[in-house]
Amino acid sequence: MSAVKSAVIRTAGTNCDSETVHALQRAGAEVDLVHLHVLMTQPERLDAYGIVVFPGGFTYGDDIASGAVFAAEMKSRVLPAIRTRIADGALVLGICNGFQILTRSGLLPDTDGGGTQQASLQPNVSGRFECRWIRLEVVSDRCVMLERGQIIECPVAHAEGRFVTDAALRETLLERGQVALRYTGPNGGEPEYPWNPNGSRDNIAGVCDSTGRVLGLMPHPERNVESWHHPLWTRGAPGAGAGLAVFDRAVRVARGDA
Amino acid sequence: MRVDSIASTLVQVTVREGLRDPTAAHAEESLQAVLPGTPLASVRFVMAYVLEGVDAEQAARCAAEVLADPITQEWAIGSLPGPAAADAESGAHVVSVMRMPGVTDPVEASCRRAFAAIGVDASGVRTVRRYVVTGELSDDELRDGARRALANEVIEEIRTGVELDVQLPHPAPASFQRVDVAIRAVDDAELERISRDMCLSLTLLEMQAVQAFFVVEEREPSDIELETLAQTWSEHCKHKTLAGAVDFEGPDGETRRYENLLKETVFAATTTLDREDCLSVFVDNAGVISFDDEYGVCMKVETHNHPSAIEPYGGAGTGIGGVIRDILGTGNGARPFMNTDVFCFAPPDLADEDLPKGCLHPRRLMHGVVGGVRDYGNRMGIPTSSGGLFFDERYVGNPLVYAGTVGLIPRRHVEKAARPGDVIVAVGGRTGRDGIHGATFSSAELHEESETVSAGAVQIGNPIEEKRVLDALLVARDEDLLTALTDCGAGGFSSAVGEMGEATGAEVHLERAPLKYQGLTYSEIWISEAQERMVLAVAPENVARVREIFEAEDVEVTELGTFSDDGRLTIYYAGTLVGDMPMSFLHDGLPRVSRRAVWKRPTTAEFAWPESSGGAGSDLRSILGSWNVCSKEWVIRQYDHEVQGGSAIKPLVGLRADGPGDAAVATPLPGNPRGVAVASGLNPCLGDLSPYDMATNAVDEALRNLCAVGADPRRAALLDNFSWGNTNKPDRLGSIVLASEGLHDAALAFGTPFVSGKDSLNNEYQSGGRTIAIPPTLLVSAFAVVPDVRTCITMDAKQPGNRLYVVGVTRAEMGGSHFALIHGIEGGTVPVVRPDESGAVFDGVHAAIAGGTVRACHDASEGGLALALAEMAFAGCVGVDAHLVHTPFEETDDGGVRDEVLLFAESPGRLVCEVPPDDAQRFEELLGAVPFAAIGRVTDTGRVQLRGTRDDLVVDEDIEDLREAFTAPLRHGGGA
Repeated sequence: MSAVKSAVIRTAGTNCDSETVHALQRAGAEVDLVHLHVLMTQPERLDAYGIVVFPGGFTYGDDIASGAVFAAEMKSRVLPAIRTRIADGALVLGICNGFQILTRSGLLPDTDGGGTQQASLQPNVSGRFECRWIRLEVVSDRCVMLERGQIIECPVAHAEGRFVTDAALRETLLERGQVALRYTGPNGGEPEYPWNPNGSRDNIAGVCDSTGRVLGLMPHPERNVESWHHPLWTRGAPGAGAGLAVFDRAVRVARGDA
Repeated sequence: MRVDSIASTLVQVTVREGLRDPTAAHAEESLQAVLPGTPLASVRFVMAYVLEGVDAEQAARCAAEVLADPITQEWAIGSLPGPAAADAESGAHVVSVMRMPGVTDPVEASCRRAFAAIGVDASGVRTVRRYVVTGELSDDELRDGARRALANEVIEEIRTGVELDVQLPHPAPASFQRVDVAIRAVDDAELERISRDMCLSLTLLEMQAVQAFFVVEEREPSDIELETLAQTWSEHCKHKTLAGAVDFEGPDGETRRYENLLKETVFAATTTLDREDCLSVFVDNAGVISFDDEYGVCMKVETHNHPSAIEPYGGAGTGIGGVIRDILGTGNGARPFMNTDVFCFAPPDLADEDLPKGCLHPRRLMHGVVGGVRDYGNRMGIPTSSGGLFFDERYVGNPLVYAGTVGLIPRRHVEKAARPGDVIVAVGGRTGRDGIHGATFSSAELHEESETVSAGAVQIGNPIEEKRVLDALLVARDEDLLTALTDCGAGGFSSAVGEMGEATGAEVHLERAPLKYQGLTYSEIWISEAQERMVLAVAPENVARVREIFEAEDVEVTELGTFSDDGRLTIYYAGTLVGDMPMSFLHDGLPRVSRRAVWKRPTTAEFAWPESSGGAGSDLRSILGSWNVCSKEWVIRQYDHEVQGGSAIKPLVGLRADGPGDAAVATPLPGNPRGVAVASGLNPCLGDLSPYDMATNAVDEALRNLCAVGADPRRAALLDNFSWGNTNKPDRLGSIVLASEGLHDAALAFGTPFVSGKDSLNNEYQSGGRTIAIPPTLLVSAFAVVPDVRTCITMDAKQPGNRLYVVGVTRAEMGGSHFALIHGIEGGTVPVVRPDESGAVFDGVHAAIAGGTVRACHDASEGGLALALAEMAFAGCVGVDAHLVHTPFEETDDGGVRDEVLLFAESPGRLVCEVPPDDAQRFEELLGAVPFAAIGRVTDTGRVQLRGTRDDLVVDEDIEDLREAFTAPLRHGGGA
């Protein structure tokens, strides 16, 4: 059985690459860090990878808007190559800034396969960057990297995470199960701020495309993969390392085991 | 070639009608706060981009494809976009804020990059923030409001009106001519005038030394030579006061002389201890201790006080940017994995009429400083996990901003030295006129006009540029391509090259330095403190590979010159020699002076107990809600303390993540449980009463905090950061002598060496004939390797039924306590550190934690045992019932045992531990022969119940009331 190869795409301002690489490695994947500028001249490099991850960070400082410059650079050559990889069965995961990039590029939620931007990640209602642990619930079985009903606790750390789209499209996303992840309250139920940290309507934390093979989320599952990551590990709380499940499942799917 | 103007096109973007715009809402809130008499109906935010060399058709593509979000925003070319234009037609006022020419704006480069990706080549971009304000106000009122709430005129220009006509600046190249300064034949008054006019900040004695040198050389110095000497000899770079000779006279008439104060106190302790895990101390950017067989861990803390006073956002941002570069420049490069920050401001509720002329309001300073650290640290991807805030009115004109960074470095890269023949390679950002005279400015006092005369000393950072440098630098390091490196900080190239070439000599060619814009003279290039630059020493055969690595990350690489073997610093511009001095004069020519230092014991009364108070419960709530103690969650949550995935003990802990953790613990290597704990100690309350005890208490507190999370304080290393008033005044220097002696004694007694330090002197503010000196403020930072973070614990109480222990002795030491602060009591006995006693307590508690017998541990510091118990209770969402009469106690001058002493005394060396009943016996055995007592237990009542001297309930408070008292004051950043 050959190892699953994954690529973590980085550029100036990417800063969650080390923990993302680590999470993928813990899940058993082989990982290459690949610079966006290399892909801009050699997009065929993507062909080698079964999983492509856009990690968190502040690419180009999030100048103009989060992910805007990265998306512009990706447009002419990299984006078509990624679309080809998705059609061929590869998985794409965007975390935090990666989610912003995928949304800005039209890869998410992409309800019609048309590739136009349909949604946007806008400034938090609080008006500022916030870092805190939240609780995620997998609310559909559309996304192949997630298991419906799963609860994942992990941190958010963003200033622009409020998922905005028009009412009709939001309905479509909910109906089709493309709303993959929602914020949930500490004991389940409706999350008030700060359990919904950014004011997203319908508590949307992560969405997938219509194939279920492209997933984007604002929270950071890669920052809860060790027994000492969870804020309540000194109290013996359950949920330590729960973020690893996302990477485990992605690797199993990419390998053809799930 | 001078280009007068190139056609430009204006693109304006705003959020669609009906959609939420938090940026506009925040602006409205800030503006309304400074214009209380003028009700504002609405504020709309518009981002404007001036695109130079772009026609309307191209601009429309830039707008549609890059600048505007198609889902939430609309845009227009030339005019205001729809909803904003409608507001303006209905009488709204428009105020526009843009950075002054030459002030770094990272968005410009990002825009050009994005436009290039869609095939549009913009020759220049300028961004303008615009606020469309509906309300009953004039343009003048709006301008005034904008000045106070939306812009800083030190770096930004404000305009009012709907029309916006902005040209991009195109300065002409500087005409080159070597400038010599005639100093050989002038008198002392003229020497002083030259120093002043050239902003050299050199004293007469120093100017005379320079004069004497050039008389022997038989020539006049060039301007760049004087500038180089001024930078190198500045207090900021040379620390000539603390490294100088001091004649000290103590309170009882005793006298002592130090030839080199720091060397004979702080360094001396390190030398005496000679701990084998110290890999590099006091020689490099940061001290390095052993992490494991492969790595070392290093830490540095810097201050950026004066720039932050004038431009808090940029000043604090470049402060953290600078200390990150210190770590990058340690050895041949360390990787930063944690940031720390400690700020001191005047209270955020300071009345406007108490604000001295020329000062920014402390609330605005705080918001700016926090924003600056947030935006720089978060973008760098370095978690900011440890820190503190302290408030005193004397910081009103001169806030303190301490920024620290902790890094990991392969042991084989700790040593470095530039060799003759190595190429001097500059990497990173371009050089501009930013920060000219930062080193000399930071060494002078602030005054009313500082804002206008020192604008050039303010730098604006670009964290993404620094991130690129970091990414490339670590690759080059790992390929063993560097022989030495350092960061460009104060003094810019002049300090970096001068320092690296001290033992060899260096030849530089300044016309090679890439510039942000034309018009800089050779001296400006040499001393510019433009951010995000590093200087490397690279063997000639490695230059090509180094270039390849950096350019792959879009970092500019410039060969500035060569390290030589002639021991001289020679500077050329366009082939002409403009400076040529021996390194020996530059580094050793500074005349030595003896300064006089005096300390008189303050004449303070005995501790005057308040006649009446609202009871101990009320005192407890008051202390919890005091500015220094209250929750800093508003600050902490704005920092990403989770990035890099190494956070093991977080800054806020407990069931609701609102308990103040004692120390932060992070694992620098993914998946490896070996970690580093970081904590600090700071108590300016004690400084006025006894600087010596302030120093020993700061050390005790920092180590105690490490102990509380399970780190071994005996394995800790320390850093000192002095921020003091004008130490040319003997009393100020006197207190620094005593503080240094305190550090020496504490370090020796605890066995914990200082490995790095920094001082910031002249923190005084002059206004209206009045001088406001800051309280002597000594920050002690401590860091220790934790072999396995899974043995760490947190301060939140865990389980009803568990026992509570106090370890360590309480004394009636109420001087400088928070009980004294809330009651406005001066005087009293200052807590005295007994290092043997504290050390034994730390050893015992560490052994007990390592033995797995302790479920929670918290240090007793501000507010004493009452605060520690209260915080443990609400953080764990449980109650406590404690009989403080059992606490180990000893009488002092402030009296015998009484309730307030047991509750609120701030004696050092004490920790509270929560222990399951089954582990109690083993816990007590592990503690060994230290004073301790079981004082009560964790309950399920949700109440903090503390019993006093007669074992009666003196505090009986609901934890939710205490939580509210603790979280309310800074919940929204201390007001709008």
